[in-house]
Amino acid sequence: MDLLGLIMQIYVFVLAIFVGFELITKVPPTLHTPLMSGSNAISGITIVGALIVAGEGQNMLSTILGLVALIFATINVVGGYLVTDRMLKMFKKK
Amino acid sequence: MLIVSYIIYLVASILFIFGIKKLGSPKTARQGNFLSSLGMFLAVVITLFDHMIITYEWIIIGLIAGSLIGSVMALKVEMTGMPQMVGLLNGFGGGASALVALGEYYKVETPNFELNIIITIVLSVLIGAVTFTGSLIAFGKLQGIVTGKVVKYPLQNPINVILFLAVLAAGVMIAIDPAQSQLLLGVVAVSLLLGILLVLPIGGADMPVAISLLNSYSGIAASMTGFVINNNMLIIAGALVGASGIILTIIMCKGMNRSLMNVVLGGWESAGSAGPAAADGVQKSHKSIDSEELAMLFDSASNVIIVPGYGMAVAQAQHAIRDLANLLESKGINVRFAIHPVAGRMPGHMNVLLAEAQVSYDKLYALEDINDDFPNTDIVLVIGANDVVNPAARHDKSSPIFGMPILNVDYAKTVIVNKRSMNVGYAGIDNELFYLDNTLMYFGDSKDAVTKLVNEIKQL
Repeated sequence: MDLLGLIMQIYVFVLAIFVGFELITKVPPTLHTPLMSGSNAISGITIVGALIVAGEGQNMLSTILGLVALIFATINVVGGYLVTDRMLKMFKKK
Repeated sequence: MLIVSYIIYLVASILFIFGIKKLGSPKTARQGNFLSSLGMFLAVVITLFDHMIITYEWIIIGLIAGSLIGSVMALKVEMTGMPQMVGLLNGFGGGASALVALGEYYKVETPNFELNIIITIVLSVLIGAVTFTGSLIAFGKLQGIVTGKVVKYPLQNPINVILFLAVLAAGVMIAIDPAQSQLLLGVVAVSLLLGILLVLPIGGADMPVAISLLNSYSGIAASMTGFVINNNMLIIAGALVGASGIILTIIMCKGMNRSLMNVVLGGWESAGSAGPAAADGVQKSHKSIDSEELAMLFDSASNVIIVPGYGMAVAQAQHAIRDLANLLESKGINVRFAIHPVAGRMPGHMNVLLAEAQVSYDKLYALEDINDDFPNTDIVLVIGANDVVNPAARHDKSSPIFGMPILNVDYAKTVIVNKRSMNVGYAGIDNELFYLDNTLMYFGDSKDAVTKLVNEIKQL
């Protein structure tokens, strides 16, 4: 097992969580809904994994799993960003 | 090429971080969302060039199908339906992470994974599957397909603990012998069941907490997938979302003065026996006011705060309220909105609904920013809010909502409460605010009542 590689991944994970906490505590309550839908779109980043599994052509089962994953992740990404933009457009100051 | 894609992934990660940073102000938020989507676009494009991809037909089908479904959902959804939409998207994200992990597992003939890979595959499947079915149940509850009530079933907690331990045991066994694919299928099945069982007990009004928590799970699932496919960008993006969901969950729990355990286990179900009549049997009396008198009252005010609740959204009264606020402002009256953290069905829901009705965002105040101003306020208009303005939360230790932070509307000179009837709020408890000397009840459907009030003020 590539222990060093794993530890590096854990490093990245833990530090990113700290960055997340710092950033998100500064988002005002008025934007919490767009924050949620926008960050939700970011969690669709798993689309990257889905693309590879769907395109590797290894066997039928993993290709189907990859395809469904890709559809789900694309809905998540496209739907998430679009609906967030739709909401943020409405926030205006007179 | 590998180097280039790693650099692009780094750029995408930075764009996600900047995107969230710019969500810190309504002025830059839209730009932030754009930067974040740009990061996603770059990540997808560079991945398409990955040497491991040899066939594009399924990819094209998947991208087109997903984009069409996602766009239609995003453009059609009503702002009142935003909690369901976000719930559903959480589910898709979690589901996708679980499926990617499964795909990674099944793509090899004889599974022989490194220990860290097989562990993260199991974690990704577990968290992703729980997020998937949990989000579908949350969606069902918000949409009214599944009962919004607190659902209790026998041995609720022991069953969940046993199922969870079963998943862990199966995970350990797979880690020891990765070829045991039937165990992985067991993990999938039990995780899907756990998602249902964990969200089913949560009451409809506690959905802000559930949605926030599932949001966090979908991020953590994405992070786990990053461990599986050894991609730091996924780990970073997932961790950001995981942190965001946890923070919102904590804020929601604080807003209700409840522990996460209490929400997850489905609390507050015992309340509901107390009706408008007090427990000691004394019928309390309230005063009511009609639209004509109310119009005159508003005409002589100089400071007004409007407190909207979920009832406003149900009655679709936000546009009528905007008209009222504009009319009062044209008379030189200072009008502000006070928004409780758990007003609505998800964090910040009320703000989005008012923004849609073109209420300027600088008129919307969070609880801690406006709570000291109520004593200097002439009129507070409470529309469709109930438990979040119940003074019992401050002093009545026997009340189920005791200790919950509330908007101190009762400190204002006059409180106008618009409700359809004297029915209790979602916590099922009577609200002593309605019987105070400075409270006047203004009965009627929120939209009709406010529209009538606007017309009366115009006639003055």
